[in-house]
Amino acid sequence: MISRRGFLKGVAVSFAMSAGRFFEPKYIFGMSFIGPKGLPEGALRESIMAVLPGKKPLIKRSYRPPNYETPVRYFNDIFTPNDVFFVRYHLSNIPQVDVKRWRLRIGGDAVDKPLELSMDDLKRSFEPVEIAALNQCSGNRRGLFSPHVPGVQWGYGAMGNARWKGVRLRDVLNRAGIRAGALEVTLNGADGPVLPATPDFVKSIPIWKAINENTLVAYEMNGEPLPQWNGFPARVIVPGWTATYWVKHITDINVISKPFDGYWIKKAYRIPSSRFPIVERFISQETEVDTPITEMVVNSLITNIEDGQIFRLGHAIEIRGVAWDGGYGIKTVEVSTDGGRGWQSAELGRDYGRFSWRQWSFVFRPPRRGKYTVMAKATNRIGQTQTFELIWNPAGYHNNVVQGVGVSVV
Amino acid sequence: MKRFLFSAFLFPCLFSAQAFGQEQPIGLRDGPGRELVEGNCAICHSLDYPVMNSPFLDRAGWEKTINKMVSVYGAPIKKEDIPKIVDYLTRYYGKKE
Repeated sequence: MISRRGFLKGVAVSFAMSAGRFFEPKYIFGMSFIGPKGLPEGALRESIMAVLPGKKPLIKRSYRPPNYETPVRYFNDIFTPNDVFFVRYHLSNIPQVDVKRWRLRIGGDAVDKPLELSMDDLKRSFEPVEIAALNQCSGNRRGLFSPHVPGVQWGYGAMGNARWKGVRLRDVLNRAGIRAGALEVTLNGADGPVLPATPDFVKSIPIWKAINENTLVAYEMNGEPLPQWNGFPARVIVPGWTATYWVKHITDINVISKPFDGYWIKKAYRIPSSRFPIVERFISQETEVDTPITEMVVNSLITNIEDGQIFRLGHAIEIRGVAWDGGYGIKTVEVSTDGGRGWQSAELGRDYGRFSWRQWSFVFRPPRRGKYTVMAKATNRIGQTQTFELIWNPAGYHNNVVQGVGVSVV
Repeated sequence: MKRFLFSAFLFPCLFSAQAFGQEQPIGLRDGPGRELVEGNCAICHSLDYPVMNSPFLDRAGWEKTINKMVSVYGAPIKKEDIPKIVDYLTRYYGKKE
């Protein structure tokens, strides 16, 4: 659609036709700059819209392994449609699982009897539940870090809100029998590395988190089977925690009595201890200096207005967005239209549960022509709020700086 | 013409059945060491990885990154090629002095 801006910005868009030929227009009239601005130059140059099978055009960050983010305008809907839900992989060997042959294996030194379940077993033997929950990459907005840090240079779109249907992990583990002394639960999916020397993507979670009633093995997303790129046929759901734990194409779950020493939990995905106000800590994995990332930090996003957008004086402007946190619930979203001096409460939308993001809206009536900076700041029910200054960390996690969107009123 | 471009963009594109979307070649800047980067790095990932991580890493940053590729991820880079790869990335994708 032609954006409401009065000016053109060019974007390079490439896509291949089924015959394998290559059509690469240099400009599309009226399409906005992909950005967002603030990303490193190289990331901006490489930002194109591209298509994965089964998905609408998304913002490609990398082809292989696929890392594609959702354009922000899709976040105006309470649930993010499956065909625009973001895609993130660490490793490039991604299988297409035959659900009839898929098995979920439960084992480990802290179970009574190892178990193997088919999808039919899972669906018939356990009570299904559905939870609305936000799935957000730990490194969402990493591209906006200043100074920049290496990694996937995400903008705002490495997240999505969905209704996840599946069974409680607790019910599955109880069927296998959890022994006293169980400490952690490892999660391994069918995807793997290209080279045998590369550590396979295996996570672990504390036993208390695994048996939490909200931790699921999900096989449906927004009422449909999981898309291939979002974990078909089943994935783990850990509401409130960052998406690194929501292991896709899940196949092996082991209950163990000692801390897991896999690379992706022991070394990767760590934040400096005491730098973030987290409540739920992964204590069996803590060191003196760092701790695994766990809960999401409170955050918000303006979803219906783009930086640089132009409005006519005399019209009310409805500003809309979403707000979320690690599962304690959003208490307020405040909006400023004068660059942060004055703040007023936005109206909160329907509550879909504490793990879903919360929509909010605010009507702004600009008093005169000029430039305005619109900001939104969320606070949750335990008093956590967003920061005005980036809490820098070497891995580029937890970017929850209050966002500022510039608009012009003419 | 504009309307054609619009509708061509809005409809999802057809792809042959493959694991990924069509990976387009990432053209790296020409210079000594480019083939080493293409030959080594592209084994595991597309070359938009180094490109999107530019131009903010200095020599020490690129060296740390390549060492991580080798020691953590098992990249099979010959020892004598590592400094040439670091040189290339620093010169063409590194922080401007």
